[in-house]
Amino acid sequence: MSSSDVLAHTRDWSLGDAPDQDSPFGGLSAFVQKSGKAQHLELHVSGAKCAGCLAKIEKSVGALDGVSEARLNLSTGKFNVTWQGSLPASVIAETVSGLGYGISAAAETDADEVQRKEERELLLAMGVAAFAAANIMLLSVSVWAGAGEMGSNTKQIMHAISGVIALPAVVFSGRPFFRSAWSVLKRGRANMDVPISLAIILAFAVSVVETIRGGEHAYFDAAAMLIFFLLIGRFLEARVRRRACSAANDLAGMSSRAVTRIDCDGNAIKVNPGVVAPGDTILLAQGERAVVDMALSDEFCELDESLVTGESAPHLLSKGMRIYAGAVNLSGPVQAKALSRASDSLLADISRMLDAGEQRRSAYRKIADKAVALYVPFVHSAAALTFIGWMLAGASFRESILIAVSTLIITCPCALALAAPVAHVVAAGKLFQLGIFLKSGDALERFASVDRIVLDKTGTLSLGVPQLSDATDERTISDAALLARSSRHPLSRAISDAAGSGPIASNVQEIPGCGLEATVDGVLWRLGSGRWIGVNRGETHTRNLYLQRGDETPVALEFADRLIPGTEDAIRQLEKAGYETEILSGDSNERVSEVAKELGVSRYTSAASPRDKAAHLEVLREQGHKVLMVGDGLNDAGALSLAHASVTPGTAIDISQAASDAVYSGGITSLPVLLKLARRTRSVMLENFTFAALYNLVAIPIAVTGHATPLVAALAMSFSSVAVSLNAIRLAAFSEGK
Amino acid sequence: MSGILFLIPIALFMGLLGLGAFIWAVRSGQFDDPIGSANRILIDEDEPL
Repeated sequence: MSSSDVLAHTRDWSLGDAPDQDSPFGGLSAFVQKSGKAQHLELHVSGAKCAGCLAKIEKSVGALDGVSEARLNLSTGKFNVTWQGSLPASVIAETVSGLGYGISAAAETDADEVQRKEERELLLAMGVAAFAAANIMLLSVSVWAGAGEMGSNTKQIMHAISGVIALPAVVFSGRPFFRSAWSVLKRGRANMDVPISLAIILAFAVSVVETIRGGEHAYFDAAAMLIFFLLIGRFLEARVRRRACSAANDLAGMSSRAVTRIDCDGNAIKVNPGVVAPGDTILLAQGERAVVDMALSDEFCELDESLVTGESAPHLLSKGMRIYAGAVNLSGPVQAKALSRASDSLLADISRMLDAGEQRRSAYRKIADKAVALYVPFVHSAAALTFIGWMLAGASFRESILIAVSTLIITCPCALALAAPVAHVVAAGKLFQLGIFLKSGDALERFASVDRIVLDKTGTLSLGVPQLSDATDERTISDAALLARSSRHPLSRAISDAAGSGPIASNVQEIPGCGLEATVDGVLWRLGSGRWIGVNRGETHTRNLYLQRGDETPVALEFADRLIPGTEDAIRQLEKAGYETEILSGDSNERVSEVAKELGVSRYTSAASPRDKAAHLEVLREQGHKVLMVGDGLNDAGALSLAHASVTPGTAIDISQAASDAVYSGGITSLPVLLKLARRTRSVMLENFTFAALYNLVAIPIAVTGHATPLVAALAMSFSSVAVSLNAIRLAAFSEGK
Repeated sequence: MSGILFLIPIALFMGLLGLGAFIWAVRSGQFDDPIGSANRILIDEDEPL
């Protein structure tokens, strides 16, 4: 989905509400839907995980003036609020974000709606199939138990009732299989649904004919049971897939922030990013993220570009320089001229890279698909040969077709269809307990085949937040903190964090892009960039700050980006497990090499742009590497989606989370566990497939020789399905130590 | 023998009743948020009953 499509789904943009201009959530008013007096807003809450979160969020918002309904869906993160009166939308968002949760407008897309419908339809189909399977089995058991004693009329009545119950199951519940089988057959190919559909339809048709003719066997129970077992697998798959919120969806949330445009008469209005044209003047408030690329019109501006470039230090821009979409303004409000439309900006560029990556990934062939490719021709020729063989041996047409159909039924890939989804669901549940949130089932297979791990630096290996280095002496810190405590700049925060709580100098002036100054004990103190203080004029990246007290020589305060605790250990474990590791960062060479040396990683690339990162992954792919990409920033999103498999920390921005296969909390310490469990899951799946193959080796001779009565078919099918499920459940016993 | 003439319809009717309840539950969105539903039972209501 292109970003212009995304924007087409957002509604009612024209509003330029004045009351909540100052709030970072001011743009939300554009998403409110009005029906009569009631107003409705759909938001996306991130970070809510438990009953406590749920109660806190719903209660705080519910207590706001005029709110009649506040309901959070924990499975999808959607938060629906309905209220009456003059409550501004921004207050709702601020309430939630004040509790410590991430919040953005949810742009409901078609893909979302389609997935929701699909899941509901599968659930209904499963219910109907379960009803049919259970009730037919009730009748079938009496037929089997009464063998030899039950009169043929009674048996015929039993079969007829079974047929009536099976009809809705086949017609309604069988549709997902028929539809999928038909769509691939039209293109001249076959998938697992072709033998399934064939088995269901033939089993039903033959049973109807047999019932009418008063025959010995009817396979209605097999048909209904088959549908029920297979739908379980299908439903589990759909549920895992829906949990994986689509990349396009979250990107919509990101670019659906309203933009403040200054009109020719100097009025500021909030507009849809989609209507911003090159040349428009945009006001970028403090802390606001740029949605389009623009050129700075004011003198100075300090930006946090860590999401765009991976560079951890704030970047100082002077007039005319380019502000990339995704950068956050750290200084006071600035004006800038838009250079492009939202659809041409870096953000949109990255979204296109994501689309490309997702298409590539859907072309990945799952183990189950490979198994089916071997299996389908085998089973079908076995059934055809059975039919021909019995005809040649002198059996009647009716007898031959009955035996051929029973071969198809008994070999139907129930176990095959359950082997992968059950293992995926159990493994995903296990990972969830370990703090890893899996986004797609087949990702586990890709994790299992990884041989190289490419790591981003900022936010993945290191905290991504500047920390004051240990070299600074106590007095300098406490003096600098006098000024720093009054500022929200990340470097100032690092100083006040290091100094702890304490006094604040009065009348601290913040000079955007330069630093802070105040008069302490009658002397002018300045804390700021080297360029401003008068040392190190050439520096554009303000990694160091200087403190000047009156006429004293300025003292440098050095900042470092610390490693996340446990990272070193995790890297060592990964190396020991045989993975090659590599650092790929947008940060400067000096800092990347420092981190690489500290971690003992020999391969590293620095100063890589988002495009470089994507290109690097392409190169690795051509060399035959199966790459696991770990990264968090906007600059990694393209690379994340292009990699063979990808994971991202929970602190990453939405779009990177959407682009990756799994999200973990904490440091990369969970990475070795994830990879180990992925390998275990793959081996369990392979065991399951082996079992399914063995099962067929036994079942086919029984069926071909004409011994597959409905009772044998029912026993064999249930036994194989239960066996693979139980084997998959063994994964739940996985522990980190093993 | 005559017993099954009404026992089977009764069994089927009860089965259909259950199926009907399930379809109603799916349609009214009770399966839309399984994680939320599992967690909601843990929330204490402040008001006494």
